[in-house]
Order: sequence, then C-alpha cells, then structure tokens
Amino acid sequence: MIGIVVRRLGGALPIMLIVSLLTFGMIHLIPGDPAIAIAGLSATPEQIANIRHDLGLDQPILGQLWRWYANLAIGDLGRSLLLGQPVVHVMLQRLPVTLALSAYALILTLLVGLISGIAAALRQNTWVDQAAMVFAMLGISLPNFYLGLLMIILFAVDLRWLPTGGYIAFTTDPLGWLATSTMPAISQALLLAGLLARITRSTMLEVLRQDYIRTARAKGLPNRRVVLKHALANALIPITTVVGIIVSLLISGSVVTETLFSIPGVGQVLTQAVLNRDYPMVQGGLLVTTALLVLVNILVDVCYALLDPRVRYDGA
Amino acid sequence: MAPEDIRQSPLKLTLRRLLHHRLFLLGLGLVSIVAIAALLAPWIAPVDPNKLAMRFKFRPPDGDFVFGTDNFGRSLWSRVIWGARLSMFIGSAVVLINAVCGTAIGAAAGYFRRLDNILMRFNDALMAFPAVLLAIGVTAVLGPSVNDVIIALGIVYTPRTARIVRSSVIVLREMEYVQAAVAAGAGHWRILRRHILPNAMAPLIVQLSFLFAYAVLTEATLSFLGVGAVPPTPTWGNIMAEGRQYMIDAPWIIAIPGIALMITVLGLNLLGDGLRDVLDPRLRIQS
Amino acid sequence: MSLLEVRNLTTAFQTGRGEITAVEDVSFDLNEGEILGIVGESGSGKSVTALTIMGLLPRPPARVAGGSVHFAGENLTNLSDSRMQHIRGPGIAMVFQEPMTSLNPVFTIGDQIMETIAAHERLPQRALFARAVEMLEKVGIASAATRMADYPHQLSGGQRQRVMLAIALVCRPKLLIADEPTTALDVTIQAQILDLLLDLRDEFGMAIMLITHNMGVIAETADRVIVMYAGRIVEEAPVATLFDQPRHPYTRGLLECVPSLTTERDRLIAIPGTLPEPIRRPPGCRFAPRCRFAEPDCAAGIPPLTRLAPGHNAACIHMPEP
Repeated sequence: MIGIVVRRLGGALPIMLIVSLLTFGMIHLIPGDPAIAIAGLSATPEQIANIRHDLGLDQPILGQLWRWYANLAIGDLGRSLLLGQPVVHVMLQRLPVTLALSAYALILTLLVGLISGIAAALRQNTWVDQAAMVFAMLGISLPNFYLGLLMIILFAVDLRWLPTGGYIAFTTDPLGWLATSTMPAISQALLLAGLLARITRSTMLEVLRQDYIRTARAKGLPNRRVVLKHALANALIPITTVVGIIVSLLISGSVVTETLFSIPGVGQVLTQAVLNRDYPMVQGGLLVTTALLVLVNILVDVCYALLDPRVRYDGA
Repeated sequence: MAPEDIRQSPLKLTLRRLLHHRLFLLGLGLVSIVAIAALLAPWIAPVDPNKLAMRFKFRPPDGDFVFGTDNFGRSLWSRVIWGARLSMFIGSAVVLINAVCGTAIGAAAGYFRRLDNILMRFNDALMAFPAVLLAIGVTAVLGPSVNDVIIALGIVYTPRTARIVRSSVIVLREMEYVQAAVAAGAGHWRILRRHILPNAMAPLIVQLSFLFAYAVLTEATLSFLGVGAVPPTPTWGNIMAEGRQYMIDAPWIIAIPGIALMITVLGLNLLGDGLRDVLDPRLRIQS
Repeated sequence: MSLLEVRNLTTAFQTGRGEITAVEDVSFDLNEGEILGIVGESGSGKSVTALTIMGLLPRPPARVAGGSVHFAGENLTNLSDSRMQHIRGPGIAMVFQEPMTSLNPVFTIGDQIMETIAAHERLPQRALFARAVEMLEKVGIASAATRMADYPHQLSGGQRQRVMLAIALVCRPKLLIADEPTTALDVTIQAQILDLLLDLRDEFGMAIMLITHNMGVIAETADRVIVMYAGRIVEEAPVATLFDQPRHPYTRGLLECVPSLTTERDRLIAIPGTLPEPIRRPPGCRFAPRCRFAEPDCAAGIPPLTRLAPGHNAACIHMPEP
C-alpha cells in the first residue's frame, strides 16, 4: 500500500517538473515582447522597463529559470500585478472558497449521478432508464453557465429565494454560505452528474453481465445482495477513475461559475488575471491548481488500490 | 450472422447499422440542421450580424426579426446563424488538429517503445491542467482571437486523443497479423499505414465526435468569459455574455443562442453515442 | 417420485430476428444419488436446460415456453423469485465452466463461501468460518484456514474450480449441476476434479447432472446419459449401453470422432456439416442434413423418442442396426 503511494508520488514528479516548466515558459511564448504585452499599449518606455526588471525578463533565460525554481522552493510565486499581493497569499485566500464550493458540488454530483446511474442499469429499458439517460444527455449538452443563468432568472429574480450572487464564508454564516453556494453548486453538479450517470450505468451493466454475478445468483443470494454487494463493489472501481476526471472538470467549471455568481475563488481570480494580463498570477495560479489536481489523482489511485485487491497485491 | 451479412463488406454493414440506429439519426439530423444553416449563412442571414440599428433595439422575436434584436439593434437571427458558422468552423478545425496531431503522437508513442515514455510524460503533464484553465492560459499567451482559440483547444484536447490512439496501437501492435507482417519484412511505415491505423480508427472516430462537442462547448465558455474571440465577433458565447445584463428585460438574447448551442452539442453527443454503439461493441452501452 | 422431473421443457429466446427455441420438448428424470450425463456439441441446448432448471436465465428475453420442472415435488417453472432463492444453494447448486471468471475478484474466497452459508442458515461467525474451512479441506485445498483470506486471483484455475465446488456443496444440496466443470482446465487437473466430484458424491450422496461435450468424461463418471442435438434429446441410455450399442446416428458419430489409441486409422473421422442455426432449423429431423443414413421421409416430421429397451430411447426412424 505504501509502495503504491510512493510510486505514484514518484511518477508525479516528472509531471510536475514539466508542468512547472510549461508555466514558467508561458511568459516567453507570448508573441512579441512580454513586457509590452503586460504594460499595455499606452505605457511609457519607463513603465515597460520597470515591468521588465520586476519580472526579471531582462535576465538571461537560464538565470530566469533558476530564479523561478529557487523561488518555488521557498514558496514564492511572485507578485500579482493586478492585486499587488503575493500570488501565494491570493491563492491561500481563495483556495478554500473554491474547494468548499467544489466539495458541495462533488457531493451533489456523486449522489445524483451514482443513484440515477445504478437505477437506470437495474431498470434497463424502462421509463426510469430512459428518463435518467435523457436528463444525463441534456446535462452534458449544456454549458454550465447557461444553467446558471437560467437558475438566476428563476430562483433569484423571479422567485427571490436566493441571492443573485456574492459569497458568504461558511465560518461567518453557515446558512448564508448555503444560500450563496447552492445555485453555483447545482449548476456544476447537474451537468457532471449527467456524465457520472451515463458511465455508472454502462459500468453497472457491464458488471452485471459477468460470470461471478451468475455465480452469486446461483448461490441463492437475494437480489439486493447480488447488486449492492457483488455488483457495486466491482463497478465502483472504474467509476473511481471517473471521479478523478470529474474533480478536474469541477475546477475547470469553477472558472465560469465563480465569474457568473461573483464568488471570490481561484477560478474568478484566474479569469481576471488573464483578462488583465497579470501573468505572474496566471502562472502561479495554474501551477498551484494543477499541483492540487495531481495530488487528487494520486488520491484517486490510492482509492482504486483500496477497492481492487488485484492492484493491491500485485502493485500493478 | 446470416450468410448474406458475410457477403457484404464491413463498411456497408456498419453504414447499414448506423442508419438503423435511431438516436444516431436524430443526432445526425440535429447536427445537419446546424451545419447547413452555417454553410448557407451568407444567403439565409444576409443582414450583417454586426450592423448596428439602434432604432430596432430590444425587439422581441416577431414578424420582422425572427429571433429579435439585441441592445444594439443587431438582428439576433443573423448573429446566431453566423455564430453557428463560427462554431462549426472552430469545432472542425479543432477536430482536424486532433486527428492529425493526436494520431501522430499516439501512434508514435504506441508503436515505438523508446518514444513512449517521454511522449507520455509530456502528454500527461498537459492533461494534468484542468481543460478550461489551460485554454484560458493559452489565450493569455496568444491573445484572444478565433485562430488562437482553435490553437488553445487543440493543445488542450490533443493529449486525450493521443492517449486513445496509443491504447489502440499498443493492443494492435501485438496482434498476430502484425507480427506476421513484421516477419515478412514489412517496414514500420507500411505496417502502421496498412495494418495498425485502419484498425485503430473506430475508437478514434468516436472520440473525435465527442471532441467536436467539447470544442463547441468550451469555445462558448471561453467567449462567455471574454477570453475567446473578441466582440463584436458573433460567437454564441459572446452573444450570451453581452446579453447577460439584459437577461431580465430581453431574455431572448441569452435564451436563443443557448438553445442553438444545446441543439448542436446534443446532436454531436448523440452522434458520438451512435458511432460508439455501432463501431466498437466493447464500448457499447447496452440497449 | 424422482428427485428431478423435467417434462416437455421448452425454453425460448426473443431475439432481434424472432423467437427461437434453444431447448425443445426435453424430458428426463434424475434420482437421488444418480449421475446423469448430458452430452452434445456447443449450441445443443445443454447449458440452457441447466440454467432453466436453476431459473438463472434473464426473463426477458428468455421464457419457459412449455413444460415443467419438478424438484422434490415443487414446480420450479412458476415459482416466485424469493422461493427460488431458497432452493438455490441447499436444494440445487451449480458449478460453471469458467473458474477464472466465476468468482468475484474483490472478495476473499472465505467471504464468498461463508456468505453462501449465511444466506441460508443462521449461524454465528465462528461457525460459518469453521464450516467453510471444513468444506475447503474436503475439496482438497491445502492449508485451508489460511487460504480463506486469499483472493481469487491468487489461486490457480484448478484451485478456483475446487473453491467453486466448495461454494456449491457447502449447503449440502440434493442436486449438483456441473456445466462443463473441467473443460477450461488442464487435462491432469481434469482428472483430479472428476475424482473429487465422485468422492464428494459418495460422501454427501447428492445427485449430479454433469454437462459436457467430452465423451471420455461421460464414460468415467456418468450412470446414465442423455444426448442432445439442436435443442432436442436424440438418445438416452445407461452409460454402458450407450457406449456399447449407440443407436442414433448422431451418437454413433460422436463416438466415432474420439480418436483411439488401440485402433489403426489413417484419418480422423468427423461428422460433416455444422449445427443448424436456431433460426433456420430444417423441417423434420434436425440431424438429417448431416446424417449418412438419412432418407427423404426424415424431413417429414420430428422423429419421436422410441423405446428400444428399458431405459434406452432414441429419436430416429431409420436407425441403422447396431
């Protein structure tokens, strides 16, 4: 078990190396002079020179690379040009917001997606199956901002049940957090639940066709035990991998959701950074978010090993 | 299989099964509507989508303006149709890039063991970035424009396609007919071209059709955020972004492009499902 | 009254091209302690017969289109699911052909044996464990107590089949259905498993329905034999009689196919042609197209099972003399 964790962490290192290299290289891939791009069209040569110096763009490239990694080692990701704060600082403020929202959305996704997927598989070709699959289909065909907009119109404007946007931290007021986080979470969850439902259904159907399910029935086990114990235990294995993908999509989706609902999370700050050419923020934000996702995927792998004894005992 | 099935070529058989697959046909129909509208844009939407006409602003859908007008009096019908053209163009371009680059990388990694490690490390690194974040990162570097959006989406999705091609190639590489070809002295290129790639097509085609859907969706998201094609370019995302402020008074500005988007993506997803059911029985969602 | 009475059983499947009968008008009895062999090519309906008896066929698309199955007096064909669950295990048990995939890969073999007992008897955990270990020892698994915590992938094919037998017999069923239990195993292991089956029968006294396409296995183990072709029974006889005096042309063909170490032969003998597809069966005798004794009137109607001697029936109207 430890072996698996160590091996995954080891495998993640070259990936993080390339990721950090790519984020470093971003600034240098800008066509033209990055300092001008950042400073803007109306900047004076002085301002451009200042920016060039602040960002270390006047150094030879290897020196910049070295500085990048040296700073990384001590946890310095530079300074946001837009916000004037250290990038790390900004990320630390905003990560909990995004994580809380994503956790909420993830729980909803898992509940709706798993239950409807399993129900659809068990009641294959009945109205339950078809209804679930139609909803799932619609879910993956809509952009989450569209659903968000519709929800705002319905729940915030027409019915006035929920605020149109903004954010209240959980620690300040749990009910307020719930009120401001519910629509964003649902707009993300509904769509990802569609994806999960489809995959859960096909996995369950695949599993239910296996020989060991026939054996379980031949033993005289009640149907509920056959499905909930034998089938589900096997189906959860590939589904766990999907959860990793879903978390990645959640973070991706947070970009839009946070912008739409004015939630001060990582997604919103990154969008603002891109729009305002705040490259240090873009670099640092991308790096941290990706590192987090790599960790999540390692966690997913560990769960996978916990669920599948064949992986555990062969370490495959 | 009945004897007559054996006599027909596999391609004809596949086509016949596709044409009997109801959901595939529905998807095909939906996508065709959008594609044809996009192709015929200069004729069916002759009004310049960017033409301002302030005296017509905020007209709801009526006899004169089938889809209504927006805050600048621009015809929404024109904007949405030309938006369809853009979406189809961007989607096709991204699919093309993926087909070429993804296949090249995936086949190289799957076939040449020495390249596999290094290629897949880069591949996985690119896949580690959340898709939309990587896309906006690339547009931050390249700047917002239709072409840069295409490049950004190409970069984001090619690793996934490469992985799928690689999986197929790895399995096919071990097949006995390939080993027979190697024993007969066939060169790498010939083996890839004649034996391996044709058989790796099925999962690739399925992936590409879903990819078209992701590309259209992600492009809409990017323009909605303001990091995609610059307004006044009439992408659906832009239309919805601009219409957001007026969503209470003039909801049709958001509603209509949203529905168009949904029809397109739904059609593409149905197409993908149908292709998967027919082309790759192992991936089949039981029906 | 026999333990198992199958009368005119017909099982049909709904397919994309219409309904086909996989098993047609099959009747036989099985008595306590008896070993009945069911022989036939792949596709002859032997497995479907067994699955119908166990009620393991998915109800659409399969259905019992006619006939009945009585086990210990109870009609199984119209039984409720929950009642059938009680019969499976302590009443009738089944082992399948593919030991590699018939065990759930994510649970230990101990768990899978114990849950079988637990589903039918209320016993404390310790008793369950003891019963399971005892059964594992009986099927020949060494160090049974420690193996209980093993996962299926840690066992060989032969060991997995032994575990399957343990699971099947742990509730002391009266009837064991073994569907090609040795086909997927090495020849040496085959012999061991068959010996094990016979030993277990001697110890527990259950009846066995042994399904196979291997005449050698039948010769070794069965008391009586049923030969099936294209969903119907074409011959039934006590095992010695079947091998000494096969009457139906198909049975004779099957026996002639087996290569012999003692007789001189230049070429292997095979039955020409293949099993007809269920959707396009010939009218009349289904074996006629491949039969070298066929006459035109063989296509007129399905030949009935005619009694040749006590316990020996064959379905052929132009049987060659023995």
